[in-house]
Amino acid sequence: MKYYLVLAVFIVLVAFLAVGLTLNPHEVPSPLINKPAPHFDLPQLRDASKNFSERDMMGKVWLLNVWASWCVSCREEHPVLVEFAKSEVAPVYGLDYKDKREDGMSWLERFGDPYRISASDYDGKVGIDYGVYGVPETYVIDKRGVIRYKQIGPLTPEILKHKIIPLVASLNNG
Amino acid sequence: MVPELGQFALALALAIALTQAVLTLAGAARGNAAWMRVARPAALGQFIFVAIAFGCLMYSFINKDFSVAFVAANSNSALPLQYRVAGVWGGHEGSLLLWTLILGAWMVAVSVFSRRLPDDMVARVLGVMALVNVGFLSFMLFTSNPFDRLFPVPADGRDLNPLLQDPAMVLHPPVLYTGYVGFSVAFAFAIAALLSGRLDATWARWSRPWTTVAWMFLTLGIALGSVWSYYELGWGGWWFWDPVENASFMPWLVGTALIHSLAVTEKRGTFRSWTVLLAIFAFALSLLGTFLVRSGVLTSVHAFATDPKRGIFILAFLTVVIGGSLALFAWRAQRIGLGGSFDPVSRESMLLTNNVLLVAAAGSVLLGTLYPLLLDALDLGKISVGPPYFETIFVPLMAPALFLMGIGPLSRWKKASLPNLALRLRWAFAVSLATALLLSFALGRSSLWVSLGLLLAVWIVAASAVNFWERISNFSGASVAARLAGASRAYYGMLLAHIGVAVFVVGVTLEKGFEIQKDVRMAPGTTEQIGAYTFRFEDVEQVTGPNYVAAHATITALRNGKVIAVLHPEKRFYASQESPMTEAAIDPGFTRDLYVSLGDPVDSKTWIVRLQHKPFVLWIWGGCVLMALGGFFAAGDRRYRVETLRKSIATHAALGATAAGARLARAAVREKSR
Repeated sequence: MKYYLVLAVFIVLVAFLAVGLTLNPHEVPSPLINKPAPHFDLPQLRDASKNFSERDMMGKVWLLNVWASWCVSCREEHPVLVEFAKSEVAPVYGLDYKDKREDGMSWLERFGDPYRISASDYDGKVGIDYGVYGVPETYVIDKRGVIRYKQIGPLTPEILKHKIIPLVASLNNG
Repeated sequence: MVPELGQFALALALAIALTQAVLTLAGAARGNAAWMRVARPAALGQFIFVAIAFGCLMYSFINKDFSVAFVAANSNSALPLQYRVAGVWGGHEGSLLLWTLILGAWMVAVSVFSRRLPDDMVARVLGVMALVNVGFLSFMLFTSNPFDRLFPVPADGRDLNPLLQDPAMVLHPPVLYTGYVGFSVAFAFAIAALLSGRLDATWARWSRPWTTVAWMFLTLGIALGSVWSYYELGWGGWWFWDPVENASFMPWLVGTALIHSLAVTEKRGTFRSWTVLLAIFAFALSLLGTFLVRSGVLTSVHAFATDPKRGIFILAFLTVVIGGSLALFAWRAQRIGLGGSFDPVSRESMLLTNNVLLVAAAGSVLLGTLYPLLLDALDLGKISVGPPYFETIFVPLMAPALFLMGIGPLSRWKKASLPNLALRLRWAFAVSLATALLLSFALGRSSLWVSLGLLLAVWIVAASAVNFWERISNFSGASVAARLAGASRAYYGMLLAHIGVAVFVVGVTLEKGFEIQKDVRMAPGTTEQIGAYTFRFEDVEQVTGPNYVAAHATITALRNGKVIAVLHPEKRFYASQESPMTEAAIDPGFTRDLYVSLGDPVDSKTWIVRLQHKPFVLWIWGGCVLMALGGFFAAGDRRYRVETLRKSIATHAALGATAAGARLARAAVREKSR
């Protein structure tokens, strides 16, 4: 009987490997989930004399989308974001990450601007505070300024429909 | 046209493999000699058709046929010829093709060098290997076809990953795979023995040279990979405990245990179920390694482009092959018998202890490698397991194993005497203790770990010297030369491999204990001091390579005011993949390497530079080469050539090749083992 033990251990291992196939090891949960959004106070992209801060958004459920003109996946995401902004489910604000002001503005000129306001994070310091490691990234922030969700990589209609829209609705009710 | 030809050849190889597996295994079971005779020509046929497919893929690479998706993904019109050749195994599909090509080569080797083996044994061994090949060929044809076409045809290829554009790419994968796949021979022998019930000393003698050769290639392959990452990744590490490195290291550990276990089974008839199980484990871990690399269940620097369909296929294959083997083992193991008995103090028990330690080490590596996946699967969070874990478990497991390495070869089979061993080894122990203490003292600021490492390394060498001395003084030959010639090649192989381990331990100990590393900001004219060496940053300029542009720095290394090396580290930028690469510059030496690499530029002439002094790092790979050389000598021992011939003629005569004969022999073996 003891000889079957090895086989049993192997079967357990296979079960784990099978479950492992359904998981994504690259998906690293952000430690910022359920923590207050890091503070920033940055010049606005279109009007550098005015600033934008996460504190301006207290009392609202909103999306912070990190983007850049040099980012290829952002182009892919952009039409989805433009559609979403039109639906007015939640206001979308942008963080133009490590980007030259004129590049960012001409990019929005060309592809459309879904953002109420974009903040310009030219040296990327705010990006570091938010743990940005793959642009685009999107944060859902609640009325008390707490990050409730983080999407790494482009938003897709599925993610919006199944995750973000229900989440925003429940946060608005809560 | 050529790619289609390749694909057709692959399909033919699959058909042959399938036919062979069914016919030879059924033939061996039913005693049908005609069916069994299919084994050899079919093995050759598989090899030839896979070689044709391989040639076709290489042709597409050399001729830059970007209509083939795999070529487009791993080549580029600016890629130099040698990397277009190596590009064949630069991605998932092509490296699978290399896998089956090497499996075919091993099958041909088995069919050529097994002329003296009973037909049913050959039929079973080649049948099992063909079955493995069926799995890999269908994996390729159904989920990862290297000949898939791309439409519309891209103007240019995406290029071979710049990390892979290195001379080591030509050698590392083929050598490593030869080792990996070579364990399939030991595995096939084990399964054949389980099927036939002939698990005896003869079986062990047959599998030994194959296992040793596979182990030798695996050792070299891992060492090559380590050297490569040392100079290519640009930060001077030589082992990262990356999941894929672990995937090659686990079969190595188990393979090492297998080699030793086979020795006991051959000489003493003991450890049979152990040996069979180790043979299954060694190959199972090779397959598991394949699964981990190709399925994307773990994050790794080696990750191939992943596709869930592939993961499912290999997992199913793994389950069938390994689960089937383990079930067969469980079913048959009761009947294997135990073989000769031995005392708690004997060579057997020491080899057993070492084997347990090696398997425990492999188990710990497996646990560390899969732990992130296990936790994630149980929804307990995401973690990663790094070098601290592996180093913490490895030292306590390996230190007693290294200590036993000194004693084991000197102890007698069956029953050894501790006082006698202590008497024979007292000088060896005194010398190693004294050397370790003196060296630790002379080197200064050394830790307990450094002293322990040195102690164990010198101990292995000293005990080997005692062993050697006893061996040559026991021979009653006239001249020293005659006495030296009296010892077998296997014996010299053993000594060499053990000394290789000692050399490796010295390298690891001193490199870990005394390396100096500094990240500094340097501009033309700046100098920096590292230990006894001064580095002067001379200049940095732009250069253009065949498919990249680079910042090319000149740094002079001085010692006592004398120039000892001029180093040229580079930061390359490969346009086709938009990725930067660090090319370190190394001044290698017998007792130390000077290692210089460029970090990031501060401005056009100022760079962050990493300067490193790495003592005895060359010894790490030198030790591996000695181990492999030891394996080479051991595998070439005279008795495998002469004795297999004599033995098998005897077995042949006694058994005949028919199943009735085999059954008789089985009964005889069972009788004998009682």
